[in-house]
Amino acid sequence: MDFSIITGNIDVYLEGLKNTLILVSLSLIAGLAMAIPLAVLRVIGNPFIQWPIRAFVYFFRGTPLLVQMFLVYYGFGQFDAMKDSFLWPLFKEAYFCALLTFSLNTCAYTVEILRGSIVATPHGEVEAATAAGMSRLLMLRRIILPSAFRRALPAYSNEIIFMLHGSALASVITIVDITGAARIINSRFYSPYEAFITAALFYMAITFTIVFFIRLLEKKWHAHLQPADQSVITIEAPHENITG
Amino acid sequence: MFSLHGYGPSIFEGTILTLEVSLVSLLIALVLGMAGALSKLSRSPVLKGLATAYTTVIRGIPDLVLMLLVFFGGQVFVNQVGPLVGYDEYIDINPFIAGVITIGFIFGAYMTETFRGAILAVNKGQLEAGYAYGMSSFKVFRRILFPQMVRHALPGFGNNWLVLVKTTALVSIIGLDDMVRKASMAAGATRMPFTFYVVVAINFLLITTVSIYLLQYLENRYSLGVRRS
Repeated sequence: MDFSIITGNIDVYLEGLKNTLILVSLSLIAGLAMAIPLAVLRVIGNPFIQWPIRAFVYFFRGTPLLVQMFLVYYGFGQFDAMKDSFLWPLFKEAYFCALLTFSLNTCAYTVEILRGSIVATPHGEVEAATAAGMSRLLMLRRIILPSAFRRALPAYSNEIIFMLHGSALASVITIVDITGAARIINSRFYSPYEAFITAALFYMAITFTIVFFIRLLEKKWHAHLQPADQSVITIEAPHENITG
Repeated sequence: MFSLHGYGPSIFEGTILTLEVSLVSLLIALVLGMAGALSKLSRSPVLKGLATAYTTVIRGIPDLVLMLLVFFGGQVFVNQVGPLVGYDEYIDINPFIAGVITIGFIFGAYMTETFRGAILAVNKGQLEAGYAYGMSSFKVFRRILFPQMVRHALPGFGNNWLVLVKTTALVSIIGLDDMVRKASMAAGATRMPFTFYVVVAINFLLITTVSIYLLQYLENRYSLGVRRS
């Protein structure tokens, strides 16, 4: 193996690293911002509001991210109405399509995570808030959501890691993220080991950095629950229960 | 919009291939997962270390990167080793094998965690009783540990299976004719990408939905005789 290929072309990887970090963080922020109100509506809304949210979550959790991305990037071009609309300059861009797909995808998983933790709010907390005369909105803001976020943290940290791993798919629609950089180097020098092992190392470094910071956050948020042994975050497959 | 222009059978073939890839990968994942779980719980520090390294590394790397590494790297590797053992012709790596090995390897790591938890959930006294009867470790595994751990392993196993099915879409990237790639080809020929990708999405939803009901049935079956609150 000859890693001088990598050190000579490190700028390609750094460009990729930049794109991966931008894509992942923007998608996560947009996804979470959409997921919070959707999760609340999914729990307390009337059936006419709940039903579309359920359908949205069911679709995005039941199909592969790759297919969703193809639908957005290639699929919308099928319609002339779309091509003539003011949105077309956006949907022509691979970057925008990846961002949109990733945001919607992570939003769907996050809605499900948050819904689970909102439903699990201890009844006493809600009763106490009602007894204190809080309005529904105030209760949501001060009691239900903060307590739900705390419970959602372990599952959400898995979702962050999965979004990072899923972002590698952006390279399929021509975006130069870390995987895209590796594919460029591989095709330029025909050196698959060096190219992809380097990409793997980049991803591992990001993963473990994220896990480290989440552990700090968990220590802070879960300080009141800290048992004698410090529990370790494990990254698991996202929880699937589509009918739920 | 919903005429498939004669590409229906082609998509159907792709769906069958997707199911084949999923099932073969699942088989590999189950074997690796069981081996990994038993290693993690064994007394040997070497086995423990290996299994921990395996699960940690897999969790840090995106599946696509690993698949490209196995596919392109495997190609180079096979053709470097080939001449050494006296085989001089160029060998092409079969994308089916590359895909199945990668997916099996990835989900083996997730299954390791699932099985480890399930084994730990079985009452230890049960195993001790088995040994007290003079059963060999294999017999204890087959007659006592395995039947009881299935119930605890099923929920995690179900999650892994659903994620695995969706991960098989990646094999289309390394050139295997699964339903995603069949749809891409049909989309290119008919200029109706939306239609074909929606069909594929619906197929995936069907597979996952049917799986969920089967898993629910199995869970109920294996929990017979367990008292519920």
